[in-house]
Amino acid sequence: MQTTVILAAILLLTLISFTVGRRRALATVGGVSAKLHSRPGHYGWYVVLWAAVPAFAILVLWMLIQPVILNSTMSSGLPPAVRELSSNEQSLVHNRIRSIAQELSPLGIGQLRQTIAASSSLEGVQALLGQPGFETLKARWPVFQISNADNLYLLRAAAERTLQQKYAGYGMPVAVLLFAVAGFLYGRKRIAPEFRARNKVEGAVRIILMLSSTVAILTTVGIVLSVLFESIKFFSIISPADFFFGTTWDPRFTAVGREGSEAAQFGLLPLLWGTLFITAIAMAIALPIGLLSAIYLSEYASPHFRAVAKPLLEILAGIPTVVYGFFALITIGPFIRDIGEWLGIGSDARSALSAGICMGIMIIPFISSLSDDMLSAVPQSLRQGSYGLGATKSETIKRVLLRAALPGIVGSVLLAVSRAIGETMIVVMAAGGVARLTLNPFEAVTTITVTIKNQLTGDLEFTSPQTMVAFALGLTLFVITLALNILALQVVRKYREQYE
Amino acid sequence: MSERGTLKRPDWFTPKLEARRTRRRYRAERRFKLYGLAAIGIGLAFLALLFYKIGSTAYPAFTENVLELEVTYDKDVVSPDGSTDLETLRNGDYATVVQNALKRYIQLPEDDADGQRLLGALLSSDADARVRAELMRDPSLLGKTHKVWVLASGDVDSHLKGLFDAAVPEADRRVKDRQLAWLQKFRADGRLETRFAWTLFFGTSSAEPQTAGLGVALLGSLYMMILIFLLCVPLGVATAVYLEEFAPKNRWTDLIEVNINNLAAVPSIVFGILGLAVFLNFFDLPRSSALVGGLVLTLLALPTVIIATRAAFKAVPPSIRQAALGIGASKMQMIGHHVLPLAVPGIMTGTIIALAHAIGETAPLLMIGMVAQVFNIPATPLDPATALPVQIYMWSGEQERGFVPRTSAAIVVLLAFLITMNAIAIYLRKKFERRW
Repeated sequence: MQTTVILAAILLLTLISFTVGRRRALATVGGVSAKLHSRPGHYGWYVVLWAAVPAFAILVLWMLIQPVILNSTMSSGLPPAVRELSSNEQSLVHNRIRSIAQELSPLGIGQLRQTIAASSSLEGVQALLGQPGFETLKARWPVFQISNADNLYLLRAAAERTLQQKYAGYGMPVAVLLFAVAGFLYGRKRIAPEFRARNKVEGAVRIILMLSSTVAILTTVGIVLSVLFESIKFFSIISPADFFFGTTWDPRFTAVGREGSEAAQFGLLPLLWGTLFITAIAMAIALPIGLLSAIYLSEYASPHFRAVAKPLLEILAGIPTVVYGFFALITIGPFIRDIGEWLGIGSDARSALSAGICMGIMIIPFISSLSDDMLSAVPQSLRQGSYGLGATKSETIKRVLLRAALPGIVGSVLLAVSRAIGETMIVVMAAGGVARLTLNPFEAVTTITVTIKNQLTGDLEFTSPQTMVAFALGLTLFVITLALNILALQVVRKYREQYE
Repeated sequence: MSERGTLKRPDWFTPKLEARRTRRRYRAERRFKLYGLAAIGIGLAFLALLFYKIGSTAYPAFTENVLELEVTYDKDVVSPDGSTDLETLRNGDYATVVQNALKRYIQLPEDDADGQRLLGALLSSDADARVRAELMRDPSLLGKTHKVWVLASGDVDSHLKGLFDAAVPEADRRVKDRQLAWLQKFRADGRLETRFAWTLFFGTSSAEPQTAGLGVALLGSLYMMILIFLLCVPLGVATAVYLEEFAPKNRWTDLIEVNINNLAAVPSIVFGILGLAVFLNFFDLPRSSALVGGLVLTLLALPTVIIATRAAFKAVPPSIRQAALGIGASKMQMIGHHVLPLAVPGIMTGTIIALAHAIGETAPLLMIGMVAQVFNIPATPLDPATALPVQIYMWSGEQERGFVPRTSAAIVVLLAFLITMNAIAIYLRKKFERRW
């Protein structure tokens, strides 16, 4: 709420800045804008930049740094006995303090000081709770579960934290407004007829544009760092050989704790197998349908038919995957189970086949659209050459076009495979989630993505290998899909260059 | 004489064989064409099956059956000490109020325990809450009699929609004959109505299918959509302008390019891991909030928006740029006054499609803890919320059978929403597209 008010204030100030800057620039030349170096608006923008950018930067910086500082002062203020606890137990303590601090937040600064002073003994606290102004706190007191003097540090830390938050709450708007006003005054002072406002403003905009383009890089860096750190921690507990070549996936979720994790096995192979198995089924469906559709659309279809069928097919890629998952659950799954039972080789309503078929349907447009583009990109001269030799249309397609477009089609297939490997919701809902090495498509299997989802939802304990393994799996998934994507993009790019 | 003269004309050039071969080749041609048509047919058949199946399953969930009760707010039951302050009224025994109303209406004898149980099973658990809400809105009703419409129970609702097989013997049926007779009475008195299920859109999380609604999910998705739009458009356009118009061609910009193309193909669940590690664990933002969800989906949609925006910029012919520069505009003015306005339709189309895609994502939101039952409408984007696709996932896991139509109905809502967005995008493209 407070930040919204500050943001609104900054916005208001920028509006004022623009008008003031523009007016002042015009005033310096007596209203003849041709005497100015830049357009009057540029002077307005110049003042706006000075008023808004530093203030906004301070606001963001403050919001990022404040929790970090609060947390570090909180943990350093705790008694030594607490600081020696394991990181898990420490985070429990921190959470308790945070929730108490939440309850203390209605108190004023003076009352918080009183609380800190009183928190040296239980008697002091009891006396404090009896005083007027502390009624709500007294009502909530039993919830805190501070019954003995050893636990009083919780109250003290919470009160100190709340006090710091209060100070910060007053400090931030003051600092932001100070910077905004100072920037505004400075920018206004610089205005003169010969001042090159346009160059300055355009330079600043250029820097802003460049900074925006680094967001994409930062995202990748963020992804890599977030999976890498936890993965390294995981591999310090479980050896990479056991992870990458283990054939048993048994994370023992029930036995959380040191003893259970000893016996837990984190073998990647069953998950990788499930992933590849489902991907293979999906590709077996999507590749022929997608490729033949692409051929028909690009070579045979009338423009009218194409204009209708192509967008309709592309709807398949636009349907959210959770919808496919549900469709597999209520339609395809039971159907596959009936077939499996009739054949006597499986009775799971959730199976590799069910997930694979659904994923295959989803992927059809990926293959058809890209292959369509690739076929259209084959130069007309190749077609005409083939027709000239007497080939029929289908012979031209099979013997000339497909071969010429092969690299492009391979690229699109690789992209589709990468998409299938990374798909989550269909497999979560339709594949069954049983880690096993099986060749029977009627049985339930699990994939890397399903396991990541399972290990990271629910109660999380960020120090246990059961949770950290998800990051190692995320790293594996990221590397596999990255390799496929880079390969595919390279192939497609090479192909495009060939005919340009 | 050359050898050619002695070579016998081979058999396969006889007119008969030639004709046969040509026929065969033409047959192969037709077959091949048919394969292509069949492939498209299969794809579209799946699409039709999916829409039909979801639509037909969803259909019953769009109506709900309500019964009218004439409840008497007995002072003894609701507020034994006679006070009308809201705290007392909130804790009243409304289950008894409802039960009494039913018994009085049906004229059920006091000692009929079985009948009382069956009678109670007519109504959803929401009935008590609604009866209470009526009184709390107008405390002067205390001690008086008042008419309230309440939701029928899941079993009764399913029966009235014809989802149960009436031929099943009574013992195996979930709605018994006595209940059917009572419902007849309600119907005859005009106290049983089938209405459009507004609960589906405004209700919050619930264990009962007929009272569970998408309110929280719709609001959560709306918050996220606004956030994605506000962040994605400026960031995406700024990046595209920089890469397309300013960036020098060097290693660094190459790296950014490759990087953006790759990000567009990174599995969505990996973005979820990023959100968990960076936004939740590092920056300590509130778990399961629409804010974090919106940020994660922004990062997910950003590469697509950038790629679409760059394509829109590329489509603006160089002559426009040269004309602007020629009459003395600076590069920034050329972009701001000429190139960007011409690229806006393309940018909007690409952005809307990317936005629609992001709104349909589920996996990254599961990672940041948006899988909780949320009972309160999120007042701000910082409060715990869910999203439409997540709600679909959660409902699909419910054991209660009544959740199947509910889930399908949620899917219909989601698809309707996405189709509308895509239709807007296509309309914009058609309307403003310019061929140079």
